[in-house]
Amino acid sequence: MSVAFSTTVARIGVQSVFGRRRGVLLFVLPAVLVGLAVLVRLLVGEDELAARHTLYGLGLVVVVPLVALLATTGLLAPEIDDGSISYLLAKPISRYTIVLSKLAVAAACVVAFAVVPVLAAGLVLRTGDPAFGLGFALGALAGGLAYCALFALLSVLTRHAVVVGLIYLLIWESLLGGLLDGVRWLSVSRWSAAIAEPVADVPLVDGLGMGYALVANVVVIVLGVWLTGRRLRAFNLTGDE
Amino acid sequence: MSTIVLEHVSRWYRNVVAVNDVSMTIGPGVTGLLGPNGAGKSTLIAMMSGFLAPSTGTVTLDGEPLWRNEAVYRKIGLVPEREALFDYLTGRQFVVANAELHGLADPGAAAQASIALVEMTDAQDRTISTYSKGMRQRIKMASSLVHDPSVLLLDEPFNGMDPRQRMHLMELLRTMGAEGRTVLFSSHILEEVEQVARQIEVVVAGRHAASGDFGAIRRLMTDRPNRFVLRTDDDRTMASALLADDSVRGARLRPEGGIEIEASDFGRFSQVLPRLARDHGIRLLEVTPTDESLESVFAYLVSA
Repeated sequence: MSVAFSTTVARIGVQSVFGRRRGVLLFVLPAVLVGLAVLVRLLVGEDELAARHTLYGLGLVVVVPLVALLATTGLLAPEIDDGSISYLLAKPISRYTIVLSKLAVAAACVVAFAVVPVLAAGLVLRTGDPAFGLGFALGALAGGLAYCALFALLSVLTRHAVVVGLIYLLIWESLLGGLLDGVRWLSVSRWSAAIAEPVADVPLVDGLGMGYALVANVVVIVLGVWLTGRRLRAFNLTGDE
Repeated sequence: MSTIVLEHVSRWYRNVVAVNDVSMTIGPGVTGLLGPNGAGKSTLIAMMSGFLAPSTGTVTLDGEPLWRNEAVYRKIGLVPEREALFDYLTGRQFVVANAELHGLADPGAAAQASIALVEMTDAQDRTISTYSKGMRQRIKMASSLVHDPSVLLLDEPFNGMDPRQRMHLMELLRTMGAEGRTVLFSSHILEEVEQVARQIEVVVAGRHAASGDFGAIRRLMTDRPNRFVLRTDDDRTMASALLADDSVRGARLRPEGGIEIEASDFGRFSQVLPRLARDHGIRLLEVTPTDESLESVFAYLVSA
Protein backbone atom coordinates (compact mmCIF):
# COMPACT_ATOMS: atom_id res chain seq x y z
CA MET A 1 0.00 0.00 0.00
CA SER A 2 1.45 3.35 -0.99
CA VAL A 3 1.54 6.10 1.60
CA ALA A 4 -0.20 9.34 0.67
CA PHE A 5 -1.98 12.23 2.35
CA SER A 6 -5.73 11.66 2.60
CA THR A 7 -7.84 14.81 2.57
CA THR A 8 -10.81 12.74 3.77
CA VAL A 9 -8.98 11.53 6.90
CA ALA A 10 -7.70 15.07 7.52
CA ARG A 11 -11.18 16.59 7.03
CA ILE A 12 -12.75 14.13 9.47
CA GLY A 13 -9.83 14.85 11.80
CA VAL A 14 -10.48 18.59 11.78
CA GLN A 15 -14.16 17.99 12.53
CA SER A 16 -13.17 15.58 15.28
CA VAL A 17 -10.89 18.10 17.02
CA PHE A 18 -13.28 21.03 16.80
CA GLY A 19 -16.48 19.02 17.06
CA ARG A 20 -15.76 18.20 20.69
CA ARG A 21 -15.95 20.45 23.69
CA ARG A 22 -12.30 20.16 24.60
CA GLY A 23 -11.42 21.75 21.25
CA VAL A 24 -12.24 25.05 22.99
CA LEU A 25 -9.13 24.58 25.14
CA LEU A 26 -7.06 24.94 22.00
CA PHE A 27 -8.18 28.57 21.86
CA VAL A 28 -7.79 29.18 25.60
CA LEU A 29 -4.15 28.12 25.90
CA PRO A 30 -2.69 30.55 23.31
CA ALA A 31 -4.98 33.29 24.60
CA VAL A 32 -3.49 32.84 28.07
CA LEU A 33 0.06 32.94 26.65
CA VAL A 34 -0.47 36.07 24.60
CA GLY A 35 -2.49 37.68 27.41
CA LEU A 36 0.29 37.00 29.90
CA ALA A 37 2.89 38.34 27.46
CA VAL A 38 0.92 41.58 27.18
CA LEU A 39 0.69 41.77 30.98
CA VAL A 40 4.42 41.18 31.45
CA ARG A 41 5.25 43.78 28.82
CA LEU A 42 2.98 46.30 30.52
CA LEU A 43 4.31 45.56 34.02
CA VAL A 44 8.05 45.18 33.42
CA GLY A 45 8.58 46.60 29.96
CA GLU A 46 10.87 45.05 27.35
CA ASP A 47 12.82 42.87 29.78
CA GLU A 48 14.94 40.03 28.34
CA LEU A 49 14.84 37.85 31.47
CA ALA A 50 11.08 38.16 31.98
CA ALA A 51 10.49 37.55 28.27
CA ARG A 52 12.71 34.47 28.28
CA HIS A 53 10.99 32.98 31.35
CA THR A 54 7.55 33.61 29.90
CA LEU A 55 8.23 32.06 26.51
CA TYR A 56 10.23 29.16 27.87
CA GLY A 57 8.37 28.42 31.11
CA LEU A 58 4.89 28.96 29.78
CA GLY A 59 5.28 28.69 26.00
CA LEU A 60 7.66 25.80 25.35
CA VAL A 61 7.06 23.83 28.55
CA VAL A 62 3.29 24.27 28.99
CA VAL A 63 1.39 25.59 25.96
CA VAL A 64 3.23 23.69 23.20
CA PRO A 65 2.96 20.21 24.79
CA LEU A 66 -0.63 20.78 25.93
CA VAL A 67 -1.74 21.96 22.47
CA ALA A 68 -0.02 18.92 20.92
CA LEU A 69 -1.62 16.63 23.51
CA LEU A 70 -5.12 18.05 23.00
CA ALA A 71 -4.89 18.01 19.21
CA THR A 72 -3.28 14.60 18.79
CA THR A 73 -5.29 12.68 21.34
CA GLY A 74 -8.47 14.42 20.09
CA LEU A 75 -7.69 13.02 16.66
CA LEU A 76 -6.93 9.44 17.60
CA ALA A 77 -7.83 8.45 21.15
CA PRO A 78 -11.65 8.83 21.06
CA GLU A 79 -11.93 6.89 17.79
CA ILE A 80 -9.78 4.09 19.14
CA ASP A 81 -11.64 4.11 22.43
CA ASP A 82 -15.11 3.80 20.91
CA GLY A 83 -14.06 1.62 17.96
CA SER A 84 -15.17 4.09 15.29
CA ILE A 85 -11.62 4.05 13.89
CA SER A 86 -12.63 0.73 12.29
CA TYR A 87 -14.43 2.80 9.62
CA LEU A 88 -11.09 4.32 8.66
CA LEU A 89 -9.17 1.09 9.00
CA ALA A 90 -11.59 -1.10 7.03
CA LYS A 91 -10.39 0.61 3.88
CA PRO A 92 -7.74 -0.31 1.32
CA ILE A 93 -5.41 2.49 2.42
CA SER A 94 -2.07 2.36 4.18
CA ARG A 95 -2.16 2.80 7.94
CA TYR A 96 0.65 5.30 7.51
CA THR A 97 -1.65 7.37 5.30
CA ILE A 98 -4.09 7.52 8.21
CA VAL A 99 -1.37 8.36 10.76
CA LEU A 100 0.31 10.99 8.57
CA SER A 101 -2.98 12.63 7.57
CA LYS A 102 -4.08 12.87 11.19
CA LEU A 103 -0.65 14.12 12.25
CA ALA A 104 -0.82 16.77 9.55
CA VAL A 105 -3.98 18.10 11.22
CA ALA A 106 -2.29 17.93 14.64
CA ALA A 107 0.74 19.76 13.22
CA ALA A 108 -1.52 22.44 11.76
CA CYS A 109 -3.11 22.85 15.20
CA VAL A 110 0.35 23.17 16.75
CA VAL A 111 1.26 25.86 14.24
CA ALA A 112 -2.01 27.76 14.70
CA PHE A 113 -2.39 27.42 18.46
CA ALA A 114 1.21 27.20 19.69
CA VAL A 115 3.81 28.36 17.15
CA VAL A 116 2.00 31.50 15.98
CA PRO A 117 1.00 32.52 19.54
CA VAL A 118 4.61 31.97 20.73
CA LEU A 119 5.81 34.17 17.88
CA ALA A 120 3.17 36.77 18.71
CA ALA A 121 4.02 36.66 22.42
CA GLY A 122 7.72 37.01 21.52
CA LEU A 123 6.99 40.09 19.43
CA VAL A 124 4.91 41.56 22.24
CA LEU A 125 7.60 40.90 24.83
CA ARG A 126 10.55 42.04 22.70
CA THR A 127 9.19 44.17 19.92
CA GLY A 128 12.62 45.45 19.05
CA ASP A 129 14.12 41.98 18.62
CA PRO A 130 12.05 39.89 16.18
CA ALA A 131 14.70 37.11 16.16
CA PHE A 132 13.83 36.46 19.81
CA GLY A 133 10.25 35.49 19.04
CA LEU A 134 11.28 33.70 15.85
CA GLY A 135 13.77 31.51 17.74
CA PHE A 136 11.14 30.46 20.26
CA ALA A 137 8.64 29.88 17.45
CA LEU A 138 11.12 27.53 15.74
CA GLY A 139 11.64 25.71 19.02
CA ALA A 140 7.88 25.49 19.49
CA LEU A 141 7.47 24.05 15.99
CA ALA A 142 10.14 21.39 16.47
CA GLY A 143 8.95 20.48 19.96
CA GLY A 144 5.29 20.53 18.91
CA LEU A 145 5.90 18.08 16.06
CA ALA A 146 7.85 15.71 18.32
CA TYR A 147 5.12 15.87 20.95
CA CYS A 148 2.48 15.11 18.29
CA ALA A 149 4.36 11.98 17.19
CA LEU A 150 4.85 10.95 20.82
CA PHE A 151 1.21 11.46 21.78
CA ALA A 152 -0.01 9.72 18.62
CA LEU A 153 1.95 6.66 19.70
CA LEU A 154 0.54 7.01 23.20
CA SER A 155 -3.00 7.14 21.75
CA VAL A 156 -2.59 3.77 20.05
CA LEU A 157 -0.84 2.19 23.03
CA THR A 158 -3.24 3.10 25.82
CA ARG A 159 -6.87 4.02 26.24
CA HIS A 160 -5.84 6.62 28.79
CA ALA A 161 -3.61 8.62 26.47
CA VAL A 162 -4.61 12.03 27.86
CA VAL A 163 -3.99 11.05 31.48
CA VAL A 164 -0.72 9.26 30.69
CA GLY A 165 0.34 12.23 28.54
CA LEU A 166 -0.39 14.69 31.35
CA ILE A 167 1.48 12.56 33.87
CA TYR A 168 4.44 12.36 31.48
CA LEU A 169 4.43 16.13 31.03
CA LEU A 170 4.12 16.87 34.74
CA ILE A 171 6.53 14.25 36.07
CA TRP A 172 9.14 13.91 33.34
CA GLU A 173 9.19 17.19 31.48
CA SER A 174 8.39 19.55 34.36
CA LEU A 175 9.31 17.97 37.69
CA LEU A 176 12.26 15.72 36.84
CA GLY A 177 13.37 18.01 34.02
CA GLY A 178 13.76 20.76 36.58
CA LEU A 179 15.42 18.60 39.24
CA LEU A 180 17.73 16.34 37.29
CA ASP A 181 20.12 17.83 34.82
CA GLY A 182 20.54 14.63 32.83
CA VAL A 183 16.86 14.59 31.84
CA ARG A 184 17.66 17.26 29.23
CA TRP A 185 19.03 14.55 26.93
CA LEU A 186 15.62 12.89 26.82
CA SER A 187 13.30 15.87 27.18
CA VAL A 188 11.38 17.25 24.22
CA SER A 189 10.91 20.66 25.82
CA ARG A 190 14.68 20.90 26.48
CA TRP A 191 15.35 19.97 22.87
CA SER A 192 12.98 22.64 21.65
CA ALA A 193 14.74 25.14 23.94
CA ALA A 194 18.09 24.08 22.48
CA ILE A 195 16.71 24.69 18.98
CA ALA A 196 15.36 28.11 20.02
CA GLU A 197 18.60 29.17 21.71
CA PRO A 198 20.89 30.07 18.78
CA VAL A 199 18.20 31.94 16.82
CA ALA A 200 16.72 33.76 19.82
CA ASP A 201 20.26 34.31 21.11
CA VAL A 202 19.43 33.56 24.75
CA PRO A 203 20.82 30.91 27.15
CA LEU A 204 18.12 28.32 27.95
CA VAL A 205 19.70 24.90 28.55
CA ASP A 206 23.31 24.13 29.31
CA GLY A 207 25.33 21.59 27.40
CA LEU A 208 22.74 20.59 24.84
CA GLY A 209 23.70 21.45 21.28
CA MET A 210 21.19 22.39 18.59
CA GLY A 211 22.52 19.54 16.44
CA TYR A 212 21.73 16.92 19.04
CA ALA A 213 18.31 18.46 19.69
CA LEU A 214 17.43 18.44 15.97
CA VAL A 215 18.53 14.83 15.49
CA ALA A 216 16.71 13.70 18.65
CA ASN A 217 13.60 15.52 17.48
CA VAL A 218 13.68 13.86 14.06
CA VAL A 219 14.28 10.44 15.65
CA VAL A 220 11.22 10.86 17.90
CA ILE A 221 9.04 12.02 14.99
CA VAL A 222 10.11 9.19 12.66
CA LEU A 223 9.93 6.51 15.36
CA GLY A 224 6.58 7.81 16.61
CA VAL A 225 4.99 7.77 13.15
CA TRP A 226 6.45 4.37 12.30
CA LEU A 227 5.40 2.70 15.55
CA THR A 228 1.93 4.30 15.46
CA GLY A 229 1.32 3.02 11.91
CA ARG A 230 2.67 -0.38 12.86
CA ARG A 231 0.36 -0.54 15.84
CA LEU A 232 -2.64 0.52 13.73
CA ARG A 233 -1.90 -2.28 11.26
CA ALA A 234 -2.44 -4.69 14.12
CA PHE A 235 -5.51 -2.95 15.52
CA ASN A 236 -7.87 -5.32 17.34
CA LEU A 237 -11.50 -4.45 16.87
CA THR A 238 -12.56 -6.51 19.86
CA GLY A 239 -10.08 -4.61 22.04
CA ASP A 240 -10.15 -7.26 24.74
CA GLU A 241 -6.44 -7.69 25.11
CA MET B 1 -17.78 -14.65 -5.80
CA SER B 2 -15.68 -14.77 -2.65
CA THR B 3 -15.03 -17.41 -0.04
CA ILE B 4 -13.74 -17.04 3.50
CA VAL B 5 -11.96 -20.10 4.86
CA LEU B 6 -11.15 -20.68 8.51
CA GLU B 7 -8.82 -23.59 9.20
CA HIS B 8 -8.35 -24.84 12.75
CA VAL B 9 -8.68 -21.33 14.07
CA SER B 10 -8.29 -20.69 17.77
CA ARG B 11 -8.08 -17.40 19.57
CA TRP B 12 -7.38 -16.86 23.20
CA TYR B 13 -7.03 -13.77 25.35
CA ARG B 14 -4.34 -14.59 27.88
CA ASN B 15 -5.75 -17.76 29.46
CA VAL B 16 -9.33 -17.38 28.25
CA VAL B 17 -10.18 -19.30 25.08
CA ALA B 18 -12.64 -17.29 22.97
CA VAL B 19 -12.57 -19.48 19.86
CA ASN B 20 -11.48 -23.10 19.94
CA ASP B 21 -10.29 -24.97 16.83
CA VAL B 22 -12.95 -23.72 14.44
CA SER B 23 -12.87 -24.71 10.78
CA MET B 24 -15.55 -23.43 8.43
CA THR B 25 -15.99 -22.18 4.89
CA ILE B 26 -18.25 -19.22 4.20
CA GLY B 27 -19.24 -19.10 0.57
CA PRO B 28 -21.62 -17.01 -1.56
CA GLY B 29 -25.13 -16.63 -0.20
CA VAL B 30 -26.32 -15.70 3.26
CA THR B 31 -24.75 -17.48 6.22
CA GLY B 32 -25.99 -17.00 9.75
CA LEU B 33 -23.53 -17.24 12.62
CA LEU B 34 -25.74 -18.38 15.46
CA GLY B 35 -24.77 -18.59 19.09
CA PRO B 36 -25.51 -17.18 22.51
CA ASN B 37 -23.86 -14.00 23.76
CA GLY B 38 -20.21 -14.62 24.57
CA ALA B 39 -19.99 -17.64 22.27
CA GLY B 40 -17.17 -16.13 20.22
CA LYS B 41 -19.18 -14.75 17.29
CA SER B 42 -17.66 -11.26 17.44
CA THR B 43 -14.18 -12.75 17.78
CA LEU B 44 -14.80 -14.85 14.66
CA ILE B 45 -16.11 -11.84 12.71
CA ALA B 46 -13.13 -9.75 13.87
CA MET B 47 -10.81 -12.44 12.50
CA MET B 48 -12.80 -12.71 9.26
CA SER B 49 -12.55 -8.95 8.78
CA GLY B 50 -8.81 -8.70 9.47
CA PHE B 51 -9.21 -6.96 12.81
CA LEU B 52 -7.85 -9.77 14.92
CA ALA B 53 -5.07 -12.28 14.40
CA PRO B 54 -5.89 -15.90 15.14
CA SER B 55 -3.72 -17.35 17.92
CA THR B 56 -3.41 -20.50 15.82
CA GLY B 57 -4.83 -21.55 12.45
CA THR B 58 -5.46 -19.47 9.35
CA VAL B 59 -8.22 -17.20 8.08
CA THR B 60 -8.19 -16.40 4.37
CA LEU B 61 -10.37 -14.60 1.84
CA ASP B 62 -10.03 -16.14 -1.61
CA GLY B 63 -6.70 -17.55 -0.51
CA GLU B 64 -5.36 -14.21 0.77
CA PRO B 65 -4.58 -13.76 4.46
CA LEU B 66 -6.82 -11.21 6.17
CA TRP B 67 -4.53 -10.11 8.98
CA ARG B 68 -2.38 -7.07 8.19
CA ASN B 69 -3.61 -6.99 4.61
CA GLU B 70 -5.35 -3.69 3.85
CA ALA B 71 -6.02 -4.68 0.23
CA VAL B 72 -8.75 -7.13 1.33
CA TYR B 73 -11.02 -4.22 2.23
CA ARG B 74 -11.70 -3.68 -1.47
CA LYS B 75 -13.81 -6.82 -1.22
CA ILE B 76 -15.12 -6.54 2.34
CA GLY B 77 -17.93 -4.46 3.75
CA LEU B 78 -18.00 -4.55 7.55
CA VAL B 79 -20.83 -3.58 9.87
CA PRO B 80 -19.39 -3.71 13.41
CA GLU B 81 -21.60 -4.31 16.42
CA ARG B 82 -20.39 -1.26 18.28
CA GLU B 83 -22.60 1.71 17.76
CA ALA B 84 -19.97 4.42 17.83
CA LEU B 85 -19.80 6.43 14.62
CA PHE B 86 -18.50 9.83 13.70
CA ASP B 87 -21.35 11.53 15.51
CA TYR B 88 -20.37 15.04 14.43
CA LEU B 89 -20.86 14.19 10.73
CA THR B 90 -24.17 13.99 8.91
CA GLY B 91 -25.20 10.61 7.58
CA ARG B 92 -24.38 11.71 4.05
CA GLN B 93 -20.96 13.12 4.99
CA PHE B 94 -20.17 9.83 6.73
CA VAL B 95 -21.08 7.63 3.76
CA VAL B 96 -19.37 9.98 1.28
CA ALA B 97 -16.22 9.87 3.44
CA ASN B 98 -16.34 6.07 3.33
CA ALA B 99 -16.71 6.19 -0.46
CA GLU B 100 -13.75 8.57 -0.74
CA LEU B 101 -11.59 6.37 1.45
CA HIS B 102 -12.33 3.49 -0.91
CA GLY B 103 -11.06 5.66 -3.74
CA LEU B 104 -14.31 5.47 -5.71
CA ALA B 105 -14.54 7.51 -8.90
CA ASP B 106 -17.79 9.23 -7.94
CA PRO B 107 -18.11 9.11 -4.14
CA GLY B 108 -21.22 11.31 -4.09
CA ALA B 109 -23.21 9.11 -6.45
CA ALA B 110 -22.07 5.89 -4.77
CA ALA B 111 -23.06 7.31 -1.38
CA GLN B 112 -26.49 8.36 -2.65
CA ALA B 113 -27.17 4.90 -4.10
CA SER B 114 -26.06 3.23 -0.90
CA ILE B 115 -28.10 5.58 1.31
CA ALA B 116 -31.17 4.99 -0.84
CA LEU B 117 -30.68 1.24 -0.54
CA VAL B 118 -31.07 1.42 3.24
CA GLU B 119 -33.89 3.98 3.01
CA MET B 120 -32.03 6.78 4.75
CA THR B 121 -32.33 9.43 2.04
CA ASP B 122 -34.72 11.60 4.08
CA ALA B 123 -32.50 11.62 7.17
CA GLN B 124 -29.12 11.82 5.39
CA ASP B 125 -28.53 15.50 6.17
CA ARG B 126 -29.06 15.17 9.91
CA THR B 127 -26.03 14.72 12.14
CA ILE B 128 -25.51 11.15 13.24
CA SER B 129 -25.76 12.17 16.90
CA THR B 130 -29.51 12.70 16.34
CA TYR B 131 -30.07 9.20 14.87
CA SER B 132 -31.98 6.43 16.59
CA LYS B 133 -30.35 3.05 17.11
CA GLY B 134 -32.01 1.64 14.01
CA MET B 135 -30.96 4.62 11.89
CA ARG B 136 -27.38 4.25 13.05
CA GLN B 137 -27.51 0.61 12.07
CA ARG B 138 -28.78 1.53 8.61
CA ILE B 139 -26.20 4.25 8.01
CA LYS B 140 -23.53 1.75 9.06
CA MET B 141 -24.99 -0.60 6.44
CA ALA B 142 -24.87 2.16 3.83
CA SER B 143 -21.20 2.86 4.62
CA SER B 144 -20.31 -0.81 4.31
CA LEU B 145 -22.12 -1.21 0.98
CA VAL B 146 -20.84 1.95 -0.68
CA HIS B 147 -18.02 0.20 -2.56
CA ASP B 148 -20.22 -2.70 -3.71
CA PRO B 149 -18.27 -5.35 -1.78
CA SER B 150 -18.36 -9.06 -2.64
CA VAL B 151 -18.24 -9.92 1.07
CA LEU B 152 -20.49 -8.40 3.69
CA LEU B 153 -19.84 -9.11 7.37
CA LEU B 154 -22.40 -7.93 9.90
CA ASP B 155 -22.08 -8.32 13.66
CA GLU B 156 -25.54 -8.50 15.28
CA PRO B 157 -27.09 -6.26 12.60
CA PHE B 158 -30.67 -6.60 13.82
CA ASN B 159 -29.97 -5.19 17.28
CA GLY B 160 -32.05 -2.13 17.97
CA MET B 161 -34.12 -2.34 14.80
CA ASP B 162 -37.88 -2.11 14.86
CA PRO B 163 -39.86 -4.88 13.13
CA ARG B 164 -40.26 -2.96 9.87
CA GLN B 165 -36.56 -2.09 9.67
CA ARG B 166 -35.76 -5.70 10.55
CA MET B 167 -37.90 -7.01 7.67
CA HIS B 168 -36.28 -4.53 5.32
CA LEU B 169 -32.76 -5.51 6.33
CA MET B 170 -33.65 -9.19 6.03
CA GLU B 171 -34.91 -8.59 2.51
CA LEU B 172 -31.76 -6.63 1.70
CA LEU B 173 -29.51 -9.43 2.96
CA ARG B 174 -31.50 -12.03 1.01
CA THR B 175 -31.08 -9.92 -2.15
CA MET B 176 -27.35 -9.54 -1.54
CA GLY B 177 -27.02 -13.27 -1.06
CA ALA B 178 -29.05 -14.00 -4.19
CA GLU B 179 -26.75 -11.68 -6.15
CA GLY B 180 -23.86 -13.99 -5.31
CA ARG B 181 -22.31 -11.98 -2.51
CA THR B 182 -20.87 -13.72 0.51
CA VAL B 183 -22.99 -12.41 3.35
CA LEU B 184 -22.34 -13.44 6.95
CA PHE B 185 -24.25 -12.08 9.88
CA SER B 186 -24.21 -13.02 13.53
CA SER B 187 -27.18 -13.30 15.79
CA HIS B 188 -28.16 -14.91 19.05
CA ILE B 189 -31.78 -15.25 17.94
CA LEU B 190 -32.67 -18.45 16.11
CA GLU B 191 -35.76 -16.98 14.42
CA GLU B 192 -33.73 -14.17 12.85
CA VAL B 193 -31.21 -16.59 11.43
CA GLU B 194 -33.70 -19.09 10.07
CA GLN B 195 -35.62 -16.36 8.23
CA VAL B 196 -32.62 -15.11 6.29
CA ALA B 197 -29.78 -17.59 6.21
CA ARG B 198 -29.41 -20.39 3.73
CA GLN B 199 -26.57 -21.79 5.77
CA ILE B 200 -26.26 -21.72 9.56
CA GLU B 201 -23.09 -22.11 11.58
CA VAL B 202 -23.75 -22.65 15.27
CA VAL B 203 -21.06 -21.51 17.68
CA VAL B 204 -21.31 -22.28 21.37
CA ALA B 205 -18.64 -21.59 23.99
CA GLY B 206 -16.06 -20.88 21.30
CA ARG B 207 -16.62 -24.16 19.51
CA HIS B 208 -18.17 -24.85 16.12
CA ALA B 209 -21.12 -26.83 17.41
CA ALA B 210 -23.13 -27.46 14.23
CA SER B 211 -23.30 -26.55 10.59
CA GLY B 212 -25.87 -26.84 7.82
CA ASP B 213 -29.11 -25.38 6.58
CA PHE B 214 -31.89 -24.82 9.05
CA GLY B 215 -33.44 -28.18 8.19
CA ALA B 216 -30.18 -29.95 8.94
CA ILE B 217 -29.83 -28.20 12.28
CA ARG B 218 -33.37 -29.12 13.15
CA ARG B 219 -32.89 -32.73 12.06
CA LEU B 220 -29.81 -32.84 14.25
CA MET B 221 -32.13 -32.21 17.14
CA THR B 222 -35.03 -34.40 16.16
CA ASP B 223 -33.90 -37.34 14.04
CA ARG B 224 -31.73 -39.05 16.58
CA PRO B 225 -32.30 -40.20 20.11
CA ASN B 226 -31.51 -37.49 22.60
CA ARG B 227 -30.48 -38.31 26.13
CA PHE B 228 -31.43 -36.28 29.16
CA VAL B 229 -31.15 -36.56 32.88
CA LEU B 230 -34.21 -35.36 34.77
CA ARG B 231 -34.43 -34.64 38.47
CA THR B 232 -37.91 -34.37 39.88
CA ASP B 233 -39.60 -34.65 43.24
CA ASP B 234 -41.17 -37.96 42.15
CA ASP B 235 -38.85 -39.73 39.71
CA ARG B 236 -40.77 -43.03 39.58
CA THR B 237 -44.13 -41.49 38.62
CA MET B 238 -42.44 -39.15 36.14
CA ALA B 239 -40.61 -42.07 34.49
CA SER B 240 -43.75 -44.13 34.06
CA ALA B 241 -45.70 -41.17 32.73
CA LEU B 242 -42.99 -40.43 30.16
CA LEU B 243 -42.67 -44.08 29.08
CA ALA B 244 -46.34 -44.03 28.20
CA ASP B 245 -45.64 -41.34 25.60
CA ASP B 246 -44.38 -42.11 22.08
CA SER B 247 -41.70 -39.45 22.20
CA VAL B 248 -39.73 -41.40 24.81
CA ARG B 249 -37.89 -44.57 23.88
CA GLY B 250 -36.48 -45.47 27.26
CA ALA B 251 -36.25 -44.41 30.88
CA ARG B 252 -33.98 -45.62 33.66
CA LEU B 253 -34.03 -44.69 37.31
CA ARG B 254 -30.51 -43.86 38.43
CA PRO B 255 -29.33 -45.27 41.75
CA GLU B 256 -28.03 -41.86 42.75
CA GLY B 257 -31.38 -40.27 41.98
CA GLY B 258 -32.86 -38.81 38.79
CA ILE B 259 -34.06 -40.43 35.58
CA GLU B 260 -32.13 -41.07 32.39
CA ILE B 261 -34.39 -40.49 29.42
CA GLU B 262 -33.84 -41.36 25.79
CA ALA B 263 -36.18 -39.27 23.67
CA SER B 264 -36.84 -40.27 20.07
CA ASP B 265 -38.69 -37.12 19.08
CA PHE B 266 -37.11 -34.14 20.71
CA GLY B 267 -39.71 -31.64 19.50
CA ARG B 268 -42.58 -33.60 20.95
CA PHE B 269 -40.65 -34.50 24.10
CA SER B 270 -39.99 -30.86 24.89
CA GLN B 271 -43.74 -30.18 24.73
CA VAL B 272 -44.87 -33.34 26.53
CA LEU B 273 -42.47 -33.14 29.47
CA PRO B 274 -43.80 -29.99 31.16
CA ARG B 275 -47.40 -31.00 30.46
CA LEU B 276 -47.00 -34.46 32.02
CA ALA B 277 -45.23 -32.97 35.01
CA ARG B 278 -48.06 -30.54 35.54
CA ASP B 279 -50.78 -33.18 35.05
CA HIS B 280 -49.16 -35.45 37.64
CA GLY B 281 -48.35 -32.66 40.06
CA ILE B 282 -44.64 -33.36 39.73
CA ARG B 283 -42.07 -30.67 40.21
CA LEU B 284 -39.24 -30.64 37.63
CA LEU B 285 -35.99 -29.73 39.33
CA GLU B 286 -33.52 -30.24 36.49
CA VAL B 287 -33.49 -31.16 32.79
CA THR B 288 -29.98 -31.75 31.51
CA PRO B 289 -29.04 -32.98 28.04
CA THR B 290 -26.25 -35.54 28.33
CA ASP B 291 -25.39 -36.11 24.69
CA GLU B 292 -21.88 -34.70 24.85
CA SER B 293 -21.48 -33.79 21.19
CA LEU B 294 -24.74 -31.93 20.96
CA GLU B 295 -25.24 -30.84 24.51
CA SER B 296 -24.23 -27.32 23.81
CA VAL B 297 -26.38 -27.05 20.70
CA PHE B 298 -29.40 -28.34 22.51
CA ALA B 299 -28.84 -26.18 25.52
CA TYR B 300 -28.65 -23.16 23.33
CA LEU B 301 -31.36 -23.96 20.83
CA VAL B 302 -33.77 -25.03 23.54
CA SER B 303 -33.19 -21.83 25.46
CA ALA B 304 -33.64 -19.82 22.28
